[in-house]
Amino acid sequence: MHTESINDKKLSLTLVDAIIFKHNVQPGAVIPVLQEIQEEYGYIPPAAIQRIAHHLGVFASDIYGIVTFYSQFRLQPPGKNVIRVCHGTACHLGGAERLTEAISQHIGATEGKTSKDGQFTLERVACLGCCSLAPCVTVNGEIHGRLNPESVGKVVNKLKEEKTANVE
Amino acid sequence: MKRVDDKALVVKVGLASCGIAAGGSRVFGVFKSKLEGKDLDVELKPVGCIGMCYREALVEVSSLQGRVFYGQVTPERVERIIDQHIIGGRPVEEWTVPQEEIDSFMSRQKRIVLRNCGIINPESIEDYLDSGGYMALHKALTKTPLEVIDEVTRSGLRGRGGAGFATGVKWLMTMKATGSPKYVICNADEGDPGAFMDRSVLESDPHSVLEGMLIAGHAIGATEGILYVRAEYPLAIQRLEKALEQAREKGFIGSEILGHDFDFSISIRQGAGAFVCGEETALIMSIEGKRGMPRLRPPFPSVSGLWGRPTNINNVETFANVPWIIANGAEAYAAYGTEKSKGTKVFALAGSIARGGLIEVPMGISIREIVNEIGGGTAGGTAFKAVQLGGPSGGVIPASMSDTPVDYESINKTGAIVGSGGMIVMDEKACMVDVAKFFLNFTQDESCGKCTFCRLGTRRMLEILEKITGGEGSEADIATLEELAAEIRKSSLCGLGQNAPNPILTTLKYFRDEYMEHIKARKCPAKKCQALITYIIDAAKCPGCGLCIRYCPVNAISGNKKEPHTIDPDVCIRCGLCNSICRKGAVIAV
Repeated sequence: MHTESINDKKLSLTLVDAIIFKHNVQPGAVIPVLQEIQEEYGYIPPAAIQRIAHHLGVFASDIYGIVTFYSQFRLQPPGKNVIRVCHGTACHLGGAERLTEAISQHIGATEGKTSKDGQFTLERVACLGCCSLAPCVTVNGEIHGRLNPESVGKVVNKLKEEKTANVE
Repeated sequence: MKRVDDKALVVKVGLASCGIAAGGSRVFGVFKSKLEGKDLDVELKPVGCIGMCYREALVEVSSLQGRVFYGQVTPERVERIIDQHIIGGRPVEEWTVPQEEIDSFMSRQKRIVLRNCGIINPESIEDYLDSGGYMALHKALTKTPLEVIDEVTRSGLRGRGGAGFATGVKWLMTMKATGSPKYVICNADEGDPGAFMDRSVLESDPHSVLEGMLIAGHAIGATEGILYVRAEYPLAIQRLEKALEQAREKGFIGSEILGHDFDFSISIRQGAGAFVCGEETALIMSIEGKRGMPRLRPPFPSVSGLWGRPTNINNVETFANVPWIIANGAEAYAAYGTEKSKGTKVFALAGSIARGGLIEVPMGISIREIVNEIGGGTAGGTAFKAVQLGGPSGGVIPASMSDTPVDYESINKTGAIVGSGGMIVMDEKACMVDVAKFFLNFTQDESCGKCTFCRLGTRRMLEILEKITGGEGSEADIATLEELAAEIRKSSLCGLGQNAPNPILTTLKYFRDEYMEHIKARKCPAKKCQALITYIIDAAKCPGCGLCIRYCPVNAISGNKKEPHTIDPDVCIRCGLCNSICRKGAVIAV
């Protein structure tokens, strides 16, 4: 079990630099660089944007423009657990909105937000491509399918229990 | 090399994303631990997706006597399958998928792209080689580029990403274009909601796509290949990385490949969650590290693409077809399909369907055959209403037109498009206005913002649809929708905008009554649109368990334990949670 979540991590400019240099400081590598930074910190810290702009010799606003264009990038740190509800066609027909509503109640955060205790972030994703298991969600990357508002509650409660167990 | 098939029995566990989500990994783990230490002539093999997603977790036990499939396998069932079937030789009949079901699901299919899916271990290059893998590359390298292109052209293969452009023609254009280096890009940014063909192929048979790219590289004179894969497909990326490593080790990728004067490298780039990057010029922008916004064509990427160099872009399914065509010949491929739409097409069958999954059918098969015969009709036997083809760029085709053959020309005539292959079956519970709104919500969200009509026009259309589903629509709204649709189509640069009105136009064309019902009677016949329905509790069915009270987000439900509950319509926000949660079906929409 992970004890320290990525969102606790302090920004290290050395690490950011290392990522940028790994990709040969090329403007074409901005997206992979941002992806690696997000992998590391869970989001794109503003200081990292400045750093990339500095090394590539472009305006920070250009980098910011890229970050906001692609839905994968976050500008806020996520909670310890990230729940993403699939809103593909099959999941929509199968009640994705109701799943979102139910999860929202369980975790105390609405779509796009993080719960006050920092435990959960609820996001939407266009399609996970697991349509035959609709409606589905991913919890920290793991897919759970054929859910309903009740069974998704069990998935969330299990995460809450794990948290309690960790604390003990 | 030890051949897996030399074993008397092979146990295959489907471990593509769907299989894993359905518990396949745990099933595989139990098989592994229980078979270990037993002196049995059995090979346990992880495979990809055989297509029967509705039966996941799926296990196949094959022997000289034949193939037996077990559906919905749980870890608890493994022991008995081992004892009774693998050791005892008697299949556990009550858990097997009936032969008639397999026949009706499989017999109308022709698996060319999916030839290895669910059969070989996607993480083993030996398995791919054993099934004839990389033989087509050998063959192609002994031919001249023009001969290879001619073969592909004669096969009639058309781009499977949605546009249906002739693959051979595209290759020829890139080959003839001046500029160096040239690039081959595989578009694996499968963004259509409701489509998972490419994910399944990449997860189940990654080498077939690499081989297709290599053959394209030889044909057009490229030295570098890039796989642009959605970040939402982590397993596909992982298996591709492994496949690349193996192919490099074996010398299929690198310099002087197979002793020929042919160098080719392949790398992976992850998409970052922008639907518009499925459009080829936007995809190139994204690889160049920019905002993925399409640009005017011409020049086409085949002339001026990545970094201004000639670039050939095909999607996953197109590339996966290529090795088969080279190995078996253009005529063998062209023997399937219709006059203008040759070969096969993979569809992701989902929605309200009894047997949802991944299928590959010869072009020209009817929608009815796909839905009723292969898919087994709607889930739960509800009335079949329509299919949605082509995702947000496509449209709905009503059940009354189920005899429409699935080929590019016939489907285009209906107003829908074949698209990349998402086929969503809808039953009477689907509201067509809601479906149109769903897709429009998607396109307006994903519009890159470059073209005014796409950016603002789709927004206006969405507002009108919200008005209609909100019970405030007027007849004049329909005319405005049609007018906007025509303008957006004319004034958008790329396919995203040009096709964005399709879901509305087709629902208006075939289900205009349903729009009118929303507008005039302020009713949603499918009981889907929140503003037009009221939830009530059927006192005769309500056991008074209190479950709905606990779930209601606005405390609109009240009642004592073991007494029928009631919903206060003034407080109720019609989220429908109580309706989903009630085990007795006591909450009904009126």
